[in-house]
Amino acid sequence: MTPRVVVIQFPGSNDDRDAVWALKALGADASLVWHADAELPDGTGAVVLPGGFSYGDYLRCGAIARFAPIMEAVIRFAADGGLVLGICNGFQILCEAGLLPGVLRPNASLSFICRDVSMRVERNDTPFTSRCEPGQRLVIPIKHHDGAWFAPAGLLEELESRGQILLRYEDNPNGAVGDVAAVTNEAGNVMGLMPHPEHAVDPLLGSGDGALILASLLDAARDASVSVALA
Amino acid sequence: MRATVLVRPKEGILDPQGQAVEQSLRKLGFAVGHARVGRVVDVDVEASSTDEARERVEEMCRQLLANPLIESYEVEVHG
Repeated sequence: MTPRVVVIQFPGSNDDRDAVWALKALGADASLVWHADAELPDGTGAVVLPGGFSYGDYLRCGAIARFAPIMEAVIRFAADGGLVLGICNGFQILCEAGLLPGVLRPNASLSFICRDVSMRVERNDTPFTSRCEPGQRLVIPIKHHDGAWFAPAGLLEELESRGQILLRYEDNPNGAVGDVAAVTNEAGNVMGLMPHPEHAVDPLLGSGDGALILASLLDAARDASVSVALA
Repeated sequence: MRATVLVRPKEGILDPQGQAVEQSLRKLGFAVGHARVGRVVDVDVEASSTDEARERVEEMCRQLLANPLIESYEVEVHG
């Protein structure tokens, strides 16, 4: 069964088409859904919130996009156990929407950083990392100004003890606390990450490691579609 | 009714903007300690009393204008 994945297109998204391209290249039935729509298409197996600068990133990154009409449907989908992946600006939106813990702050350097970074996989028994090995080193590009994930004292330790940190930078590029590059919600069906897996699905472009993340998601979305069909 | 919201980075939160401002002020010869950079939002709000206006604006802060993880806010209502 081909997993159906929708990529939400906000005004100011700019990695939406790249995400659709990468997901299709990995075998998904991927399409764009406009932010002003009220519902996700029937049969949606996973939702991707892409990178970019939704609503100009005014006020705080993701703070306004979280109120887009489609977000109510995304929040319901996540509450029902649906798989949601937020990449970069999508990660920021998920944090502001309260679907993920913490918040993304300006990089400690105040510079926009655009380069490949390396990170380690903390665990692989998740819908987002099942194609990786624990401890595996991934090289995936980042390109952001506000990528320093922050959680107040105590929260990081809680998340660590529950295994919600999935990727950590090897050489922290942005000042994120705990070197966190990717975090999930408590239920484990929503993940956000600052690196861009959709820009690393072909070794010809420097790295194919992002494909491991997206293909993990597609495996999980396929399984979810099968269990819905059987139910 | 006009209200002013001051949003500040919470104490102890790394504020790289404030640090950059601080360094620039020192380069200009000003003897400064810490500088912190926040945000000002002026809003016109329909309300029949200053209390009602304050309540509405505080709700705006909770829902949108400030992120309580990293920011604190103060509301001033100009009667």
